[in-house]
Amino acid sequence: MTVVAQTSIFLPRAARVGLYVFLTVSAIFFLLPLLVVVMNSLKPMAEIRQGNLLALPVSPNLDSWVAAWKTACTGLECAGVRPGLWNSIKITVPAVVISTLAGALNGYALAQWKSRHANVIMLLVTVGLFIPYQAMLYPTVKILSNVGLFRTYVGIVAVHVIFGLPYTTLLFRNFYVGVPEEISRAARMEGASFLRTFWSIILPISTNILVVVAILQFTGIWNDYLLGLIFAGNDNLPMTVQLTNIANNARGAANPNINMAAALITAIPTLLVYFLSGRYFVRGIAAGAVKG
Amino acid sequence: MTTWFNRQASRPDITVAIFFAIVALFFYGSIAWTFYMSLTRSTLLPNYQIIGFDQYVKLFTNHRWLISCLNMVIFGVLYILGTLAFGMLLAVFCDRHIKAESLFRTIFLYPLAVSLIVTGLSWRWLLDPVNGLQALMRSSGWESFTFDWLTRPDRAIYTIVIAGIWHSAGLVMVIVLAGLRGIDTDLWKAIRMEGIPVWRAYAQIIFPGMRPVIASCVVLLMSEVIRGYDLIIAMTKGGPGISTEMPAKFAVDFYFARVNLGLASAASIMMLVLSLLLLTPYFISEFRRRT
Repeated sequence: MTVVAQTSIFLPRAARVGLYVFLTVSAIFFLLPLLVVVMNSLKPMAEIRQGNLLALPVSPNLDSWVAAWKTACTGLECAGVRPGLWNSIKITVPAVVISTLAGALNGYALAQWKSRHANVIMLLVTVGLFIPYQAMLYPTVKILSNVGLFRTYVGIVAVHVIFGLPYTTLLFRNFYVGVPEEISRAARMEGASFLRTFWSIILPISTNILVVVAILQFTGIWNDYLLGLIFAGNDNLPMTVQLTNIANNARGAANPNINMAAALITAIPTLLVYFLSGRYFVRGIAAGAVKG
Repeated sequence: MTTWFNRQASRPDITVAIFFAIVALFFYGSIAWTFYMSLTRSTLLPNYQIIGFDQYVKLFTNHRWLISCLNMVIFGVLYILGTLAFGMLLAVFCDRHIKAESLFRTIFLYPLAVSLIVTGLSWRWLLDPVNGLQALMRSSGWESFTFDWLTRPDRAIYTIVIAGIWHSAGLVMVIVLAGLRGIDTDLWKAIRMEGIPVWRAYAQIIFPGMRPVIASCVVLLMSEVIRGYDLIIAMTKGGPGISTEMPAKFAVDFYFARVNLGLASAASIMMLVLSLLLLTPYFISEFRRRT
């Protein structure tokens, strides 16, 4: 409280007003696209044609949402984003669970692992975070084709897990390096194996970081476009790809309200996670950014 | 045999080894393979005979590639500077003990939860000259209002900058704000005693002391620039013409649509080299800081 009193002395009234004006204008800038998309997704085509993007819908209805959900055309078929939603769920859920748990195990192992070369190897893993996917795409396609997994369901989940592994591993390693060594040592003295210690002792004390990493992975994998496009195959295309196909379809271009509804349906899951888990989300970004 | 296994099970080595095998194969193995392909004449089918650096020569005489690189530089500079400036400004303002701080923060950060595909589509609709902002202004009486950058070859790239800043400013804000919150209250007391104006305190004392935090923001944004693919696909598909093409899209197009493996591999390797060049100073300073 005293801090508030001390530092706010610096700002005269005029500056404070200016500050709120700037923040409010910025907030409008950030909200504008969302508002426009929400409002126009509720309008019938007749209102859209009047060209007033920011007009409130006169007779709001959910027709475009229903069309986006069930009948919008991707160019291949006219089943809306519904199949994409199911594909995205069945890709994202296992990929998040596996890459998070595997990252935890690897991160714990790396934190425990004492070697002279640990630093160099950590550097190689960290550089791995910044390798453009393009430099790995073709060989990954080849490897997966050779084992019959290219453009299959298992293939796309595996790609998400593998490409996410350095990231989740580093996040967990940075966390476990700070966990007191005594905990692992005590478990070892009791005769617990490495895996046993990890599963029964370490995982239960990691709930916070598990949630943080799972949220980051969920957002990343749900929002992915490129990997889904290349590795998922036509039967498993995620929502982002279906949405793009709907929006770029010639017939679709004539129905912006349906496209906007489809975009919203695609964005809702990650937005929900963001609004429900705000603090974890923020913590994850800060941790991932500053240390990664 | 069982004792050997038991001993291993009590140590992290096996897990570490499996993890490194995956990283080595899929990350570094793939890079080596891609580099190898870039030295061959491969087009639709891989050709394993090395011909040297011809693909790189072809790449750098390819008009579309040069445009892509130029676009990446224009986009990268404006996007990074814009996002940094905007994000840092928001962080400073949020740090000034404002009311409803968490509401503002929530609004500034939510774009980060939205995919780049949805971001790009939303801005495409908003800036569309026929249905978007321009039509709105004209229909509300401002007949001569013109904002058709999205469809102008010489301006479309700037609309992508706007969408990019919209998506990432919150990220910089959160990271910088976390840094600002970590600053010693004694420092602020000293600044107050010296009577230094707030803006000068930030510009000359606070931010210079946060250089590592700002550097990691720059690194994150740079890697977004080099990878930039989704946003282009959603907003302009590289158009009008080839005016918003980028290297990431060039490589994917040449891998899968135009099936020219050798050239696509050369482009990918150039993207990698650029990432590493830009990252090296950061890694060196981080490494020094930690040891």
